[in-house]
Amino acid sequence: MNTDQEPILVCKDLCISYYTRAGEIPAVVDFSLTVLPGETIGIVGESGCGKSTVAMAIMQHMGANGGIKSGSITFKGRDLTQLTDDELRDIRGSEVAMIYQEPFASLNPSLKISTQLMEVPLAHEDISTEEARKRALQMLADVKLPDPERIMEAYPHQLSGGQQQRVVIAMGLLSNPSLLLLDEPTTALDVTVEAGIVKLVADISKKYGTSQIYISHNLGLILETCDRVFVMYSGEVVEEGTIDSLFTWPRHPYTHGLFACIPLPTADKHAAPLKPIRGQLPLPFERPQGCYYHPRCDHFEEGLCDVDHFKMEHVENSAPDHRVRCLRYKDINIGHQTGEGEQKEVLELGDRVLNVDKMKKYYEVRDNSLKALISGKRIRYVKANEELNFTAHEGETVAIVGESGCGKSTFAKVLMGLEKSTEGEVRHLGKDISGIAVRDRSPEEVASLQMVFQNPFDTLNPSHSIGGQISRVIKKFGVETDKTKVFNRVMQLLDIVKLPRDFYFRKPRQLSGGQKQRIGIARAFAGNPSMVIADEPVSALDVSVAAAVTELLMDIQREHKTTLLFISHDLSVVRYLSDRIVVMYLGHILERGTTEQIFAPPYQPYTEALLSAVPIADPEVTKREIVLEGNLPSAMNPPKGCPFCTRCHRKIGEICDNEPPPEQIVADRHVIKCHIPLEELKQVEHVIHVPSESERLHARANRDA
Amino acid sequence: MVTLIAKRFGFMVFTMIVVSLILFILLETDLTGDPAIRVLGQFSNEEQRELWREQHGYNQPMLLRYVKWLGNFATGDLGESIRFKGPVADVMLPRLWNTAVLGFWTFAIMIPLSLILGVLSGMKEGSKLDRSISIFGILTTSVPEFASAVIFSALFVFTLKWLPGTSSMSGGFEFKQLVLPALVLIVYDFGYVARMTRASMAEVMTSQYIRTAILKGLPYKSVILKHALRNALIAPFTVIMLQINWLLSGVIVVEFFFAYKGFGALILEASLNNDIALLEACAMVAVCVAVTTQTLADIGYTFLNPRIRFS
Amino acid sequence: MTTAITEMPKAGYGAALIRGLKSFALLRESWVGMVGAFLVIFWVLVALFAPLLAPFDPNSSIQPFAKPGAEALTTGGTFWLGTDHIGRDILSRIIWGSRTVLIYAPLATLSAYTVGILMGLAAGYRGGWVDDVLSRIADIILSFPVLVLYIIIIATIGASGINIIIAITFASSPGIMRIVRGLVLDLRNRDYVAAAQTRGESDWRVMLVEILPNARGPLIVDACLRLGYVIITIGVLGFLGLGLPPPDPDWGGMVNETRQMAMAFPHMTLFPCIAISSLILGFNLLADGLREISLRD
Repeated sequence: MNTDQEPILVCKDLCISYYTRAGEIPAVVDFSLTVLPGETIGIVGESGCGKSTVAMAIMQHMGANGGIKSGSITFKGRDLTQLTDDELRDIRGSEVAMIYQEPFASLNPSLKISTQLMEVPLAHEDISTEEARKRALQMLADVKLPDPERIMEAYPHQLSGGQQQRVVIAMGLLSNPSLLLLDEPTTALDVTVEAGIVKLVADISKKYGTSQIYISHNLGLILETCDRVFVMYSGEVVEEGTIDSLFTWPRHPYTHGLFACIPLPTADKHAAPLKPIRGQLPLPFERPQGCYYHPRCDHFEEGLCDVDHFKMEHVENSAPDHRVRCLRYKDINIGHQTGEGEQKEVLELGDRVLNVDKMKKYYEVRDNSLKALISGKRIRYVKANEELNFTAHEGETVAIVGESGCGKSTFAKVLMGLEKSTEGEVRHLGKDISGIAVRDRSPEEVASLQMVFQNPFDTLNPSHSIGGQISRVIKKFGVETDKTKVFNRVMQLLDIVKLPRDFYFRKPRQLSGGQKQRIGIARAFAGNPSMVIADEPVSALDVSVAAAVTELLMDIQREHKTTLLFISHDLSVVRYLSDRIVVMYLGHILERGTTEQIFAPPYQPYTEALLSAVPIADPEVTKREIVLEGNLPSAMNPPKGCPFCTRCHRKIGEICDNEPPPEQIVADRHVIKCHIPLEELKQVEHVIHVPSESERLHARANRDA
Repeated sequence: MVTLIAKRFGFMVFTMIVVSLILFILLETDLTGDPAIRVLGQFSNEEQRELWREQHGYNQPMLLRYVKWLGNFATGDLGESIRFKGPVADVMLPRLWNTAVLGFWTFAIMIPLSLILGVLSGMKEGSKLDRSISIFGILTTSVPEFASAVIFSALFVFTLKWLPGTSSMSGGFEFKQLVLPALVLIVYDFGYVARMTRASMAEVMTSQYIRTAILKGLPYKSVILKHALRNALIAPFTVIMLQINWLLSGVIVVEFFFAYKGFGALILEASLNNDIALLEACAMVAVCVAVTTQTLADIGYTFLNPRIRFS
Repeated sequence: MTTAITEMPKAGYGAALIRGLKSFALLRESWVGMVGAFLVIFWVLVALFAPLLAPFDPNSSIQPFAKPGAEALTTGGTFWLGTDHIGRDILSRIIWGSRTVLIYAPLATLSAYTVGILMGLAAGYRGGWVDDVLSRIADIILSFPVLVLYIIIIATIGASGINIIIAITFASSPGIMRIVRGLVLDLRNRDYVAAAQTRGESDWRVMLVEILPNARGPLIVDACLRLGYVIITIGVLGFLGLGLPPPDPDWGGMVNETRQMAMAFPHMTLFPCIAISSLILGFNLLADGLREISLRD
């Protein structure tokens, strides 16, 4: 990064609005940004803060009803708002390129990859088709895609998500742009795939000198990729600075609040509970007077914070570009990131509640192709779950961790009775439920095993009222039958999930995502279940909302002593709230144990890679970098030996391909499935190194000096 | 891909057999009324009916009759037409040709017109052009064919006296006589095809991959012709193939109105005159054409959509 | 955060009716829908008040070949739209004809929808062989060109009011089944359906209570369009001589009876054409307006 050079992009006092039938919606109110050559800037914020609007404004593609109300965007000295369509077309793709959130939707399904890649340089530069083809092939190799020739001839649907995103990145870089915009490029991808893309993005600026603007809601990702960061709230920047200054000592209460919502690697649910930000993000036309954040701020001072709208200020005693939009930042002693907050009691474990014994679930697939007809193998199996073994006790929180295709959803379905297991037993409270479908279970059995679903927008029926839906559940479980008693129970449940009682009459579309998920939780607990399965309950929610819902789930569980099976792919949340962890891959459990045991060596190699891929928003924590190469095998055709052998970075040889790995018992209830001998695995270093207090002080002293 | 074609073809044959069975049961058996009464009329007496039944082999076992009947069909012996007093095949084939001619000209004008207008209105959704084409399309599909035939006749035949009122082609083929029937068909169907095309185009234009193409800096012409149309025209292609099925319905009214000696008018005459053999043959042919076009549409859709072709 | 609600809400049909009327008010947002609604309501009122509105008896021959606006010489009063070749007042026949259409069309559509929805729910939700069988049946029925199908059905069971309803149900339900099936296939993967299943709800309850209400948007739009198609069908069958038996006034039949004289007396054919087109236009515009509004939601 060369600070003497002219900035590539300057946004000054940008104000963007959408003009709809309902009036003007001011999406972005005050945004200023400077990007120097070779720099990577991060823009972080929750949904609705305006970060994607800014990206679209830079590309000058805001749709028919969006417009820049005031301010300017200057790219290499030219004002983008003054350019003609032709001039804009010149710049797009060749000087400024964009990477999108959903790679599959961003590629044309009817054109080959080669066409879509080659047309970029062909449109902007005067080169031959041959030359364009050579460049495309080279670029595919540069983004680390194996077998570029085959990919050129493929259609987008024939590639995996991670491969598609690499193609999109290749497409963006083909004409050597000066600026790359990345709008949540890894949100739709699995964690281990995400790690690879993140590394690629970080390498890009080093290799090509491209400046980048990286938009995300994930502070950990920003830390890993960016040099400077801008925090947005409700349409404006509230804090900006270098990674060092902002992450070590955030000055704005919102930034601090964001950090407090993210589980730290040192914290667990008892010692340092998550501190959600109270209140809600204001809608664009409901913004309060003065500081937009003041209704939710713990340091609000009447008469000061709610009077006039004010500008960013330079933070004293900090790096030169650390600025904050807060009138009281000097007075607020937020302090460095420490784990503070109330201690919560540790729940004692009860008896064994769940016992999964060699459970298998295979789905039958009829193959009707000619090939299958001839070879005689018409029925093939998708091996969704392969010999699962584990237990759970009363009051315990067991996390099931794995990426897409690992079989965790199938397992949940078998438990809930939506599917029957192919082999093996699942004993809940002593009774084997693996072969019993839901409709054959008694109401008490059904009530005692319930589920919280993933997608808050789909979890409630949009056509019925909230009260109606919860009442139905109560009646179905036989908890109460008398009308008044049912009604009272609904009210009780609304109180437990901390929602106002008049939500009884509302329809789901009047609720926010977080509120809907709370109702989902109320519904699951309506029958006093002994075990609840939570299938990625907060993955679709914003960070601050997710924190509140997670805390709620913990509180209810503590009170009712419910066993919680928490399915997730997010290891930081999992580390925070689970007692035990089960790591799944392609239908197998590769490792299971307590949280401490999982996060410390010995590691199953997949666990190791998974831990290394988790973004952590603490600049003082170091991670070992492990990037997986290779592809996830298909569940219809799993490897004969270890399921992880196609991508394992510690593969020892042919034994991994041919023989299924044995279960090695490390300690009581800590099991690893791997061919590598236990002694070797024990020698491996920690993946995540969290510095102790003294180390931290030492490091800080060194830096400030 | 080959399996798909084989499967579709197999289903086509299956459909034809089931249809033949249905037709046989409906028209040749006693299920819905005595065929003899239907043919000879209510005032015939039992003797005449018995005689007719003997003559036409109605007293044989049902399965045997069905097999013989189906066999006849397959070999081209379609029976005798009562109304026209001759072999059905001789009556039907020239009529089929006439309808084919009418259909050809109808499609030759209607398809380019609706595709172009549909694409243009889909490109600029919400624009004046879009709204006016939509409203015009709704208007034209709200007027039944016989009603538009009446209106066009009143205008072009009685008032302006540009075109002839009937299309019987008694003096040999005259293109002028084809205009009104074709016009009615075109006006009615254009609205539907244009709207389907518009919907498909509008959906494509708001997709993320078109946004990618624009933000790659490609010329607008390339965005539309190379990126958008490739995806937008897949659905309209299927719709157009299925319009052949619709045409076989539409021509009935039009040919009846304008006295055009086509296949549609033939079906109508057959039913109004209780000409069983003719009706059966016409129905089988109509269904055969319909099922063939449906199968072709299916195969074509699979071929055009890479997601299905290479899965 | 408790509010002062301690009593239960009052359920009831009154509330549902009010909600229904309120959604009608939504139409205000689409002028196209408003025009359509106006046309439909106009004809419904005409049909409802036919005895009061028609100046003459629609079936009695009074004065043949009268031009529009002519005076009725024997009985007094005016033939606003003229008379036909038998002497019947065309205005009265159109007014009474609206009754015929507006009784049979909704009945036929309702019947087709009931069958189509049940079939579509079963095929989409249960899948498996139920879906295979129902879809094959639908494919076979839909492979007939529509009018050919009607001709065959009417040829075999004869023409009467009930038979027309049966024929329309038979011919339309496969198309409706396909639409419902598509909607169900999409909706059954939603989490709230899984939530109902994990509660142990019965299949039919899930289909009718959880899934169907959420398909009402596209189905209502389709119902309006289909009413239009059914009216066209009734009109065409009447025109071809396969419709309701005379002498009951039937717009399609009116056109057929008088078209030979259209050159000299165009009013006999034009007015029924305008009548039927305006009614169909009303439903089509209403459907378009409803679709606009549902998209905006």
